[in-house]
Amino acid sequence: MVSFLFKRLLQSIIVMFTVALIAFSMFRFVGDPINNMVGQDTSQEERDELREKLGLNDPFVVQFLRFAGNAAVGDFGYSYKYKIPVSEMIAERMPATLELAFISAILSLVVGIPLGVYTALRREGILSKIAMAMSLVGVSLPTFLIGILLILFFGVVLRWLPTFGRGDVVELGFWTTGFLTKSGILSLILPSITLALFQLTLIMRLVRAEMLEVLRTDFIKFAKARGLPDRAVHFKHALKNTLVPVITITGLQLGSLIAFAIITESVFQWPGMGLMFIQAIADVDIPIMAAYLVLIAFFFVLINMIVDILYYAVDPRLRTSDGS
Amino acid sequence: MKLRHGILAAAAAATFAFAAPVVKAETFKFAFQGNLSSLDPHSLNETFLLGSLNNVYEGLVLYDDNLAVIPALAVSWEIIEPTKWKFNLRKGVKFHNGNDFTAADVKFSWERAIGEGSDQIARASKIKSIEIVDDYTVILETPAPNPILTADLVNIYIMDKEWSEENKTTSATSVSADNSGNYANLNENGTGPFKVDEHKADVKTIFSKYDGYWGTMPSNVTRVEFTPIKEAATRVAALISGELDLVYPVPVQDWKRLDEAKGVKPLAGPEARTIFLGMDQGRDELLHSNIKGKNPFKDIRVRQAFAHALNLDAIKKKVMRGAATPAGLMVAPQINGFIPELNTPYAYDPAKSKELLAAAGYPDGFEVTMDCPNDRYVNDEKICQAVASMLAKVGVKIDLLAQTKSKYFGKVLKDGGYDTSFYLLGWTPGTIDAENVLSSLIACKKVEANAGLFNLGNYCNPKVDALTAKIGSETDQAKRNAMIKEAFTMVKDEVGYLPLHQQPLSWGVRDGVGVNQRADNVLDFRYVVIK
Amino acid sequence: MEKAVETSRLDRFLDSDIWHSFKGNPVAIVSLIITLIMVLSAVFAPFIAPHDPFDLMKIDIMDSSLPPSWMEEGEARFLLGTDDQGRDILSTIMYGARISLTVGFASVIFSMIVGITLGLISGYAGGRVDAFIMRVADIQLSFPAILIALLIDGVARGIFSSELHSEISLYVLIFAIGISGWVQYARTVRGSTLVEKNKEYVQAARVIGIRPGTILRRHILPNVMGPVMVIATIHLAVAVITEATLSFLGVGVPPTTPSLGTLIRIGNEYLFSGEWWITIFPGATLLILVLAVNLLGDWLRDALNPKLR
Repeated sequence: MVSFLFKRLLQSIIVMFTVALIAFSMFRFVGDPINNMVGQDTSQEERDELREKLGLNDPFVVQFLRFAGNAAVGDFGYSYKYKIPVSEMIAERMPATLELAFISAILSLVVGIPLGVYTALRREGILSKIAMAMSLVGVSLPTFLIGILLILFFGVVLRWLPTFGRGDVVELGFWTTGFLTKSGILSLILPSITLALFQLTLIMRLVRAEMLEVLRTDFIKFAKARGLPDRAVHFKHALKNTLVPVITITGLQLGSLIAFAIITESVFQWPGMGLMFIQAIADVDIPIMAAYLVLIAFFFVLINMIVDILYYAVDPRLRTSDGS
Repeated sequence: MKLRHGILAAAAAATFAFAAPVVKAETFKFAFQGNLSSLDPHSLNETFLLGSLNNVYEGLVLYDDNLAVIPALAVSWEIIEPTKWKFNLRKGVKFHNGNDFTAADVKFSWERAIGEGSDQIARASKIKSIEIVDDYTVILETPAPNPILTADLVNIYIMDKEWSEENKTTSATSVSADNSGNYANLNENGTGPFKVDEHKADVKTIFSKYDGYWGTMPSNVTRVEFTPIKEAATRVAALISGELDLVYPVPVQDWKRLDEAKGVKPLAGPEARTIFLGMDQGRDELLHSNIKGKNPFKDIRVRQAFAHALNLDAIKKKVMRGAATPAGLMVAPQINGFIPELNTPYAYDPAKSKELLAAAGYPDGFEVTMDCPNDRYVNDEKICQAVASMLAKVGVKIDLLAQTKSKYFGKVLKDGGYDTSFYLLGWTPGTIDAENVLSSLIACKKVEANAGLFNLGNYCNPKVDALTAKIGSETDQAKRNAMIKEAFTMVKDEVGYLPLHQQPLSWGVRDGVGVNQRADNVLDFRYVVIK
Repeated sequence: MEKAVETSRLDRFLDSDIWHSFKGNPVAIVSLIITLIMVLSAVFAPFIAPHDPFDLMKIDIMDSSLPPSWMEEGEARFLLGTDDQGRDILSTIMYGARISLTVGFASVIFSMIVGITLGLISGYAGGRVDAFIMRVADIQLSFPAILIALLIDGVARGIFSSELHSEISLYVLIFAIGISGWVQYARTVRGSTLVEKNKEYVQAARVIGIRPGTILRRHILPNVMGPVMVIATIHLAVAVITEATLSFLGVGVPPTTPSLGTLIRIGNEYLFSGEWWITIFPGATLLILVLAVNLLGDWLRDALNPKLR
């Protein structure tokens, strides 16, 4: 187990380095940052001078090593546009995104898994059919359209819920939370539903498909034949066996929640990292873009490691295969 | 215009009605599509930043609600020599931290604005030197006689010398690494009617009223909350749902919706910005066209053909929902030097357009790429699509290249020659004077002389250039206007540009909120009244 | 000779479980019909669409924003109304579906081929090969589809001139969406392969000396097709929606040649102003198309999975 973890850690570091390289090299090609930093009246010489000063004329390798070295200690430099350290900006934005992703993940798991189990067990039930139909509609509509429709209905027509932002937030040291105020919680509702909807349907369909497969396997039939109550069979044996792929996908989806938050955040003007990133793309704010990508990659690598470890815990068969 | 005056009257009435010191906390919440990137008044030459910071910082002079220059930190001024202006400064003005405002602050601020890292260099360069006569008198020297100097002074904001030195922010916040983390980027110490309580870039900025303000103002607002909201739909929704008091800009097609919705209304007026099309008349061969070896736009008949192919009324009616003013001139009516008789657009006449193209040797038209921003002006991309469709009907095939503003400006303003053949651009002269349009858009491009820097198609007429130079230093208003007229007549006769329209200002406000909608699209908190 | 083979294949098909399952499933039949209608009208759009929405000569701005023909102010020429440029909505939907389906199918096939191949190899070979492929997958996964597409498009914009980029944006889009999808296939196929390859029948096949390629193709591939079809189904929907989302974020195909997603985005700007038809009709088309494909995939999964029979 220890050597497995060590190997994983080493691989993760290589992954992070590669991602940093990709992130950095790719963004060298996006637009010309100078045009976004200065106003319309700035002269050519001033532009050239600025380019030189920012090190944009240095060789690629030099620029990258400078970037990677600083990134390793959490220093992503200053935002071109805001002239504030990027790490500060990220620290300011991260709570917003993580709270949103967290609530959405909980929502999609808490609703998705039971719905998946239910629809698998009662395949022909009316409720199952409705849930399946709704899930299809859910995956068939683009997130941004869902968000706008929710705003239109709950914000503009009914005027029940806030349509943008996080509401009032409470500062707890370095963390700002929207969980502690009424407006903060109300503001979370529409964005988290928007963000959760797609993951929810995915998890539900996946759990259902896996449940159906497992229910047909011999050992379930055998368990039933042994006279075990349905409840025990379904939840102790069947559900447990569906968990391998569910963990994989859910784990991976957690990461995409953070990434998908880009869309939700831009529709709801949610002051998180995704909004910052999309704004940075428009402004060609390279330090922010690079930092965001590296950070997202970091989340993914972390989640992947956790998923792998859970794999070990859940499916004993994989443990033996690793040795071969 | 009618609407605007109505609001103003209401605002004025409100001022008198509440003239007694009513100490009631009034919070004003508004959203704009862009963000406030910095609190440093010399960091970025951008309308929204300068407009917002004008509530916090002030220059020697100020625009009033109708863009007329009024005294601010200077109480009076006189031209003592053609290139020397004497300003008498206001006494008893205190910065937000309690420091006194004096002549030293004026000189210091100008030096900061023209110094390293500043994005106000072009503006500050209109001043050659500042001489401190005494604590409340300064003499400004200009490089050449400049009748409209005060218009430039509006946006050169005065900072506190002591405070800046204490906090090591004697040069402007710039992007260079050694100067990042500039104190003035996130903190302010101005003389304006509002202080900044909290500033989270791109998230929220909170202003509160400065009780020691030297002036009086109609506003009864004690706290202002600004949130940037990029998506138009979210912005409009937030207004309708009652979360905000003002949002701008509002898409013109949503006016109807705001009219129908309870408790909110659209607020519209003509903006001083002219939207126009430009053609590359400088190169011998167009960069992006199927015509090789020659440049069709060099032929006046082709330019005329383009002019007659455009149906400006259709664009106004359909694309702009009636909310634009078709234009024949490169400056708007609010601009000093506007000539009403030149503002009639070229006639819409596709048949004549085809004849002209045939006469010029293009009976079957030709192909050309059009550059267009898609998030800069009101319905910019849709205007370009409509233009493409109109030109198609006379045989000219347009390949439309619509991009976000950063990519668009990166291309059309590309170093070493502007990379465009045909483009859409909008322009508000920052000085509210026609001279700015002549020297930036119409003068032959000479980078070293700061001339024609935004003349992307390099329209070039030495006669117009000569007039522009004279207009720059002519102090006799009548003579000056006559020359402006002469210059614009030449440009129009030669079809140097294709003006389309003045775009509308399009705001949405909650009922019971009075604001002044300034023609340069600036929101001045001084005129915000909440009933 | 050839004909005989054909006939016997047809006979075999008509006698197969798939065909029987299909015949007995009205949902599948309806879904297939809808999908076929959509695909055919998209393919033959230039011949059957009432207008050519891309021909600037024929678009008149004065026709813009007309409501559907059955409403007041509607015109018979434009059954479903017109958009903000005066283009016929019905025609733009047909042409738009063409682009959406092209992007969707091409990118799904692209990621499927890459994903299945790598997943099988990874799961079966194990060891260093597995580790390497999964590390590549990790790197890839560090950037979700939207991000990868944004990145690739950004790079393409940097490398190619703006003019060229707008011409090849469709291919960039296919590549961007396609390349970001393979990991899901690969991981799922690998996961199933890991489990399958330890089962007795595969081990038995290995013991009697059947070559790995054959084992993969004959024994493992059919068993992993179920989950793959589920993913492919969802992925087709996702691909089309990703394309729409990219348009929303300003990275999709240019609005002069709009896809369904672009049409929805453009219409979105008119939702508040009451011109609902500009966004609702393309939206409904997308919804129905994706629904039909999803239902078809659901059925296909049940029919293909030997264990469910």
